[in-house]
Amino acid sequence: MYKILKAEKLADKIILMDVLAPRVAKHCQPGQFVIVKMDDKGERIPLTICDYDREAGTITIVFQEVGASTTKMADLKEGDAFRDFVGPLGCASEFVNEAPEELKKKKMLFVAGGVGAAPVYPQVKWLHEHGIEADVILGAKTKDMVILEQELEAVSGNLYVTTDDGSYGRSGMVTAVIEDLVQNEGKNYDVCVAIGPMIMMKFVCLLTKKLGLPTIVSMNPIMVDGTGMCGACRLQVGDQIKFACVDGPEFDGHLVDFDQAMKRSQMYKTEEGRAMLKLTEGDTHHGGCGNCGGDN
Amino acid sequence: MADVLKKVPVREQEPKVRAANFEEVCLGYNQEEAMEEASRCINCKNAKCISGCPVAIDIPGFIKEVKEGNIEEAYKVIGKSSALPAICGRVCPQESQCEGKCIRGIKGEPVSIGKLERFVADYALEHDINPEGPETTNGHKVAVIGSGPSGLTCAGDLAKMGYEVTVFEALHELGGVLVYGIPEFRLPKQKVVAKEIEKVKELGVKFETNVVIGKSTTIDQLIEEEGFEAVFIGSGAGLPMFMGIPGENANGVFSANEYLTRSNLMKAFDDSYDTPIAGGKKVAVVGGGNVAMDAARTALRLGAEVHIVYRRSEAELPARVEEVHHAKEEGVIFDLLTNPKEIFVDDSGNVKGMKVIKMELGEPDASGRRRPVEVPGSEYEIEVDTVIMSLGTSPNPLISSTTKGLETNRWKCIVADEEFGKTSKEGVYAGGDAVTGAATVILAMGAGKAGARGIDAYLKNR
Repeated sequence: MYKILKAEKLADKIILMDVLAPRVAKHCQPGQFVIVKMDDKGERIPLTICDYDREAGTITIVFQEVGASTTKMADLKEGDAFRDFVGPLGCASEFVNEAPEELKKKKMLFVAGGVGAAPVYPQVKWLHEHGIEADVILGAKTKDMVILEQELEAVSGNLYVTTDDGSYGRSGMVTAVIEDLVQNEGKNYDVCVAIGPMIMMKFVCLLTKKLGLPTIVSMNPIMVDGTGMCGACRLQVGDQIKFACVDGPEFDGHLVDFDQAMKRSQMYKTEEGRAMLKLTEGDTHHGGCGNCGGDN
Repeated sequence: MADVLKKVPVREQEPKVRAANFEEVCLGYNQEEAMEEASRCINCKNAKCISGCPVAIDIPGFIKEVKEGNIEEAYKVIGKSSALPAICGRVCPQESQCEGKCIRGIKGEPVSIGKLERFVADYALEHDINPEGPETTNGHKVAVIGSGPSGLTCAGDLAKMGYEVTVFEALHELGGVLVYGIPEFRLPKQKVVAKEIEKVKELGVKFETNVVIGKSTTIDQLIEEEGFEAVFIGSGAGLPMFMGIPGENANGVFSANEYLTRSNLMKAFDDSYDTPIAGGKKVAVVGGGNVAMDAARTALRLGAEVHIVYRRSEAELPARVEEVHHAKEEGVIFDLLTNPKEIFVDDSGNVKGMKVIKMELGEPDASGRRRPVEVPGSEYEIEVDTVIMSLGTSPNPLISSTTKGLETNRWKCIVADEEFGKTSKEGVYAGGDAVTGAATVILAMGAGKAGARGIDAYLKNR
């Protein structure tokens, strides 16, 4: 069992937890993820690592309530525990292995959409600790949904916050900010790292391709084991099939087939919807919609 | 009086009943039936059956005890050679191993050695008879990577010799392919696998789940930082292959590993578990091995019409004869000498059909198997909504790529000698599918035994 040392609500339906997992904390690097399983009957869910404390042996995870499992997970309190917590999984971000002097020459731009701020944070923090100040665009739907702003402020070069509805910071999508920075404010970047919902990463990549700005994305397909044994997370990247859990999760965004990846992430939409209904409405959810006839 | 040329029949669930549940198909012998079958054994002096068993169980020896009704004694005889008899009695391909060598098989049916082993092991599970462990430990620490058949066997053997053994497992459950691969209806998880693993724990073996060697820690760190003096790698061959045909990333195309992991390990077939599975209405399983049969029979139980699509003919099916027989009885349809060319995808990204081509068998290739060749112009379309690729697996390079000085061959298999499992790295031994590529449970167990012998010799002579 893996004890939860801290549970905090960052925004509506967005939860942060510190979990005791010394082996993971000892070895993890920015860009990697974990898989958690809540209880005996739970499913395995991949979550990116938001922060880690090697001394204390803890891993910080941030997740959003999007379905039955994450909604149940959000109810866990300090002192509760996950049955399973495995990692670190996937490859570390490429820059971790780059020569420091080469890395210092690079101007990096990070784009974080929604809970994508969580996996962006350890990367920017790592760079900051190695003397590199990267710019960060932090995007959210509304003011209430902006997370990790202070944390990012403390480790990034320039931080640009934007909300879709203009309720806080700049107004509009992250893509508008990228365009503005590059085209109007004369910023020159060597590489962009975009992490957030697939649709956001897709549009960032369409834009950066036009701008000639190499872009790395962190993919979040459906996963089961997370160790390369099943291929549930496979993606088309250029002319190759890649398993996000072992070959990624970070890839050259200009080579990823986002349309296919988005279709694949819809595969269990009906099952997920049913699981959610079952959770929220208990046994009454088969009251009969007139169509399904009940599936039990 | 029963026909002595024939095996005492074993009770099974009716095909129609079992095709709709995940309960074990074969119900096994009771003591009376087991004793009767045991009496068919003629106790050969130079018993060929033993040479057919990869771990050389004293088969006439344990059968003699069964014949006399001494089941506990029979269990002790098996326990000298095998740590997992309840499992091997169920999943070994006996027809090509022990039973294939049985003298009785020349004129009639061989003695049902597998079913007798199973009976003895189940009796031990039911009556809480435990294997005999060592009186004291020798203080030497050994790490075993992977809790599949080779790792469990190696750990069990080393513990019996007095070593302090810790098994590291990447998944959240112990057993490797025994829990994620082989379905419940062939190998019950709680009733058999979990209990058999308990017996290994009784020997003092420690287990740590959720540790991915190569990520959570490395073999070098286990040796340098955690004080392990030797390591056995039994990490298996879990990396699935795909065909590389158009449409293979469509929704509804699965590796057999994914499909079986969802169903077996995550219990997706049971509504009270959270993991979903897309059962499908019409399913094509591509391949002809045991894994293909398991996937096909699982899909059938989830309510689908199921076709095995295999490029060679029935004679070449690599699956166990009994499994092919069971699959047919349950209603799996065999499309033989047929190979997929393309998967058709609808606008939402879902599978809507598959183009296949007829094959014929040509000249034998280097391996002696007749090579299937396409019949020109024989393509046709089949309507399917789910395709399960069961083309085989290869070892995951995670361990070899993170362990200094560990030699692998061009298939990414770890190079290790057969007799002791010795690798190119001092103190590191390996066996099972990680060395041979995908093979059988009993061969993995044999390799686990060899690794234990190798490690014992290494640590004693150091």
